[in-house]
Amino acid sequence: MSNCAHVIPIAPAAATGPAVRWDELVHDDHVHGSLYTDPAIYQAELQKIWYRTWVYVGHESEVPNANDYVMKSIGPEPILMTRDKSGQINLLHNRCPHRGNRVCMSEKGNARSFTCPYHGWTFANDGALRGYPFPSGYEGADRSKLGLGKVARVASHRGFVFGSFAQEGESLLEHLGAAAGAIDALCMNSPEGEVEVTAGYLKHKVKANWKFLVENETDGYHPSFVHASIFEVAQSGIGTLYDSDSTAVSRDFGKGHTENDLRPEFRKRDVPMGWFGTTADKLPAYVAQMEAAYGKDKAREIMIDGTPHIMIFPNLFIAEIQLFVLQPLSVDHTVQHVTAIQFKGAPDINRRLRQQTMGSVGPAGFLLADDAAMYERTQLGVQASNPEWLYLGRGRHRERLDENGYRISDNTDETPSRGIWRHYKSMMEAA
Amino acid sequence: MSSLALDARSLLDEVTQFIYREARFQDDHAYDEWEALWTDDGVYWIPANGEGGDPEKEMSIIYDNRSRIALRIRQFHTGKRYSQTPQSRLRRVVSNVEILKNEGEELLVTSNAMVFESSAARGDTIWASRNEYTLRREGDALRMARKKVVLVNNETALYSMAFLI
Repeated sequence: MSNCAHVIPIAPAAATGPAVRWDELVHDDHVHGSLYTDPAIYQAELQKIWYRTWVYVGHESEVPNANDYVMKSIGPEPILMTRDKSGQINLLHNRCPHRGNRVCMSEKGNARSFTCPYHGWTFANDGALRGYPFPSGYEGADRSKLGLGKVARVASHRGFVFGSFAQEGESLLEHLGAAAGAIDALCMNSPEGEVEVTAGYLKHKVKANWKFLVENETDGYHPSFVHASIFEVAQSGIGTLYDSDSTAVSRDFGKGHTENDLRPEFRKRDVPMGWFGTTADKLPAYVAQMEAAYGKDKAREIMIDGTPHIMIFPNLFIAEIQLFVLQPLSVDHTVQHVTAIQFKGAPDINRRLRQQTMGSVGPAGFLLADDAAMYERTQLGVQASNPEWLYLGRGRHRERLDENGYRISDNTDETPSRGIWRHYKSMMEAA
Repeated sequence: MSSLALDARSLLDEVTQFIYREARFQDDHAYDEWEALWTDDGVYWIPANGEGGDPEKEMSIIYDNRSRIALRIRQFHTGKRYSQTPQSRLRRVVSNVEILKNEGEELLVTSNAMVFESSAARGDTIWASRNEYTLRREGDALRMARKKVVLVNNETALYSMAFLI
C-alpha cells in the first residue's frame, strides 16, 4: 500500500470545462445572471475562493476547554474545530484517511481522540494517527502520513478563527485589512474587550446562490422595502438609518470586505446605547462596567458608535449584534448559521442581545425570513433570460474616497456590491 | 363506562377539538382567531436543537412571550411580511393527542403533527413535530399558556417557516 495515496490531488471539475472569461461576466456596474446559476461557475468558486482564501470557521469561545470540539465548515466541507490538550486550536477534515469514512458525527463535545467506527482507526484531536487495530497488517507504513487532513493554515484575530486550504498566501491580517479594525471595535463593546459565541446557532437554509446573501448583507437599499413590515409595527429606529437622506455611509474596504457605517447617524443622535434601540438607564450594570473599564468619555464614545455592520468576504457577517456564517452547499443552496454575539462579562445586556437576535433572525425571524424570501425569489427570477444582466449602478456618480482612501457612498448605494464583484473577479482570474 | 372514565373521555374530546381548531386556524392563516387562543402570559417556543435546553440561554427558532406573539401577528397584518406574501398553502394532520398531566386548572398535553407546506417561491416542504401544550381553563374555554413545537429535524438547517406552526 502506498502511504501517499491520500494526497493524490483530485482535479477540480471546473478545470476540465472551457475557460471562463471573467471580464465578460463581471463589468463595473453589471454582472451576468449565470454567475448565480451555473454549476460549473460554482465549482470554480470552490477552488478559487472557498478552498483558497481565508474563510471564517468559528470562535475560540466555542471550544473553551482542552479537548473541546465543534463541527464547523469551510464551504460545503465539514471541518472539525478542536482545542487540543496544549490549548492549540486545530482545524481538521472530517474524513478517515483509510476508507474515507466520516469520523465524527456529533455537533460538539469533549474528546481527546476520535475513533473511526469502520475499522477502529483512532486519531488524536490534533489529527495525528494514534493507532489502528491489528497493526501487523501495516508493516512499514508511515503513520505520520496517515492522520486526519489538516486545514493548511489556521489563524485567529481576537478569538475569530479562520482557515485557509492554501499552503501559502497572504497572512490573515493582510487579508482582513481594515476589517480587523471592525472586529476590534466590536470587541470594545465588551467591558472585558472580548466577545463570546456561547448561545448556539440557528441554521437557516435558503434555496439561493451564496453571493445573493453576501451582497444583501451590506445592501443598504433593501431594508426600507423588505423590512417595512417589521419597521412599521415595532417602532424600530433602524428604518431611518436606511432612508435616502441618512447620513450613514456604505463603504468598500477592498478584498471584498464591505460595510454600512451607521456611526454618522448614531453620532448625530448622540444617545448612548441608541445604536441598540435603547438608552443607558435601561442597562445600568453594563454602563457602569463600561465606564469602569474605559473611563467615562471613552465608554460614552463606544456606546454611541455601537457595533459594526460589516460583511467580511466571503462568509462572516457581523450584523451589529448577530454573527452570521455563510455556507454554500451548492450553486443554489446556502445555509446561514446565525447566533447572538455576547459581550464577555456583561450578563444584563447579553440577555437582551439573545432576545433581540431570536426575534430578528432564523427561519421565522422578523427580519431574516423576509430576506430569505428575497434570496429565493431572486434565484427564481434570475433564471429568466431577458435581460441577462443585473444592474448594480446605484450611486456610482456620487462615489467618493474617505480620509483613509476607501470608496464610500450614500448608505443606500451599491458601492459594497461593486466592491465585492471587483474582488470576486480578481480572485477568479488569479492563476 | 364509569362516570370517571366518561369525564376523562370528554376532557380528551374537548382537548382534541381545541387542538384541531388551532390547527385549522393555522392552516387558514386565521391570525386573529389563533392569537385569541392564547392566555395573557402565553409563551410560544420552537427550539432549534433537539429539546432546546434553556431558552433563556440558547438560541431558539421562536421564543415569543405574549407581546412578541402579538407583534408577529401585527407583522402579518401589514401585508408586507414577504416570507408569507404570498402565503404558504398549508394542511396539517394532528394526531396522538394525550393528556400527560391534569392539574385541574392546567393540562399538559402532547400531540404529533405533520404539515404539508407549498410555497410559491420554494416548492413543497413537509414538516413534522411533537407539540407540547400547557392548556389552561379560563371561564368556559381552554386557552394556550404555552406551546412548544419540537421539529423532528430541528438539528439540521431549515428553510424559512414564517407561517404559524
